[in-house]
Amino acid sequence: MKLENMYQEIILDHYKRPHGKGLAEQFDSEVHHVNPTCGDEITLRVSRGEDGNFVVSYDSLGCSISQASASIMFDQINQHDFDSGAAAVDHLVSMLQRSVEPDEDILGDGIALAGVAQYPARVKCALLAWMAWKDAAIQAGAESLSGTKISSDSNKEQN
Amino acid sequence: MATLDVAAIKADFPIFKRTVRNDQRLVYLDSGATSQKPFQVLDAERNFYENHNAAVHRGAHLLAEEATDAFEHARANIAGFIGAQPEEIVFTKNATEAINLISYSFLNATLKSMRGAELPKGAERFVLAEGDEILVSEMEHHANLVPWQELCEKTGAVLRWIGLTEEGRLDLSDTGLFNPRTKIVAVTHQSNLLGTVNDVAAIVKLAKSCGALVFLDACQSVPHMPVDVVSLGVDFIAWSGHKMLGPLGIGCLWGKSEVLSAMPPFISGGSMIEVVSMERTTFAVPPKRFEAGVPMAAQAVGMSAAVDYLNAIGMDQVAAHEHMLTQAALAGLSDIPGLRVIGPESSVDRGSAISFVLEGLHPHDVGQVLDESGIAVRVGQHCAKPACLRFGVQATTRATFYIYNDLEDVDALVAGIYSAKKFFGV
Repeated sequence: MKLENMYQEIILDHYKRPHGKGLAEQFDSEVHHVNPTCGDEITLRVSRGEDGNFVVSYDSLGCSISQASASIMFDQINQHDFDSGAAAVDHLVSMLQRSVEPDEDILGDGIALAGVAQYPARVKCALLAWMAWKDAAIQAGAESLSGTKISSDSNKEQN
Repeated sequence: MATLDVAAIKADFPIFKRTVRNDQRLVYLDSGATSQKPFQVLDAERNFYENHNAAVHRGAHLLAEEATDAFEHARANIAGFIGAQPEEIVFTKNATEAINLISYSFLNATLKSMRGAELPKGAERFVLAEGDEILVSEMEHHANLVPWQELCEKTGAVLRWIGLTEEGRLDLSDTGLFNPRTKIVAVTHQSNLLGTVNDVAAIVKLAKSCGALVFLDACQSVPHMPVDVVSLGVDFIAWSGHKMLGPLGIGCLWGKSEVLSAMPPFISGGSMIEVVSMERTTFAVPPKRFEAGVPMAAQAVGMSAAVDYLNAIGMDQVAAHEHMLTQAALAGLSDIPGLRVIGPESSVDRGSAISFVLEGLHPHDVGQVLDESGIAVRVGQHCAKPACLRFGVQATTRATFYIYNDLEDVDALVAGIYSAKKFFGV
């Protein structure tokens, strides 16, 4: 069954026992992203520390892929700065949309989401939490290391 | 009980010649979203393009004449299918556009009236004042909700809605919802999410007692059961071609002649005019008033072929076949542990759209496992989020049946759900 390519054990583990789920009381920005076709939802908060790193918290509802992906997102980019987190988001997008060979150092368990690329309808489920993080970080005033302000619209495009 | 020769019907649908994932047969249970097309429909459309293609209602040449004849014949044939007169049928892009046509007639009548502009005779019914009411129900497809919300926001009218009972039926106990301020009651004939077939006679009676117009969303009824607009007693219905074996890109609005005549135009441009000068324009009578631009003649011809196809089977037979499948599916599903049907659990006053949720399993994941077995269902909110909320579900899995489905498909669905449960260990 090809299904196991997408639903690897590690994905199902994250789905059943998600990491980091639950909203923090304190935050600098909050976003609510939805996937209206299937009803996946995530509320994600970030607070930006003095070191420029973002503390992430979230609450979400949805399918196994969206839930597992949110859990992995937490593992991979919580307490990261914008450039590092955004690079991981971009890497995930490359893996899902262009089948680029994933780097485990960047995506961690997220490499197990590679099978999702074979099911285009599910790509959005896998991206939901990560795009929410990017949006929230931008709203919290993230600037890239080069100092350029990132436009919120460019993130919307990819959604 | 009368049963259809499903094997013979399937042979008419080219799509069933292909296989899906892992070379399996296609079990298509998503006709509520769009139906498959028989070769008779495809051939009719192709024949139009190959032999008669021209812009209808224009040109002095033979092809223009033939194309116009084909288009107007299609209109008459489609009108006959629902017991209507040809001039009461307006072709639109889809059913959504047909509903917007009505809502924009209200808006345009209201705006023009404020400026003292000329309106068709009888247009007062479409002029809204602050505090007028529009009544919908909680089970509406977004297409029969959002246009009315928009209209209210622009005019100051108030949107009210009929709630739902636990069983998924309209709760008509609050008759105060129907009052002298109610200008239009817009409800579905059959819910695309719940499968509920609504009691149109009761709604019409309440609406008429307060002088309101009645619009019926017939997207899930015209393809699946005999529909006669005269005996329904409503003022408008809308439905689409693609859910009844016809092509994509065409929908219909039916309206009573005197009601359509009272409506100002929606989309304006060529074809819908009478006399145009640089200063002003007078408009054609319906249906042309509502058909600006070169119309979708080939799709109309295809939709007419779909009507012929369904007529040859007989809509009573279609309804009886679906009823049999619905009963079997409800019985099979109700045995599955942890499965909850969202909508009526009995097959009484119910169509074949069956939505369900499974404990511990998200619909998207259910749909994925079913797809792996070649079973196509729809998952998500089905453009009916308020009804999902009403029943406390984030999303559902929905199976819908049509003339090319049989009991084997019902068995495949039930077996597929058991595999999904097994795969996810719930």
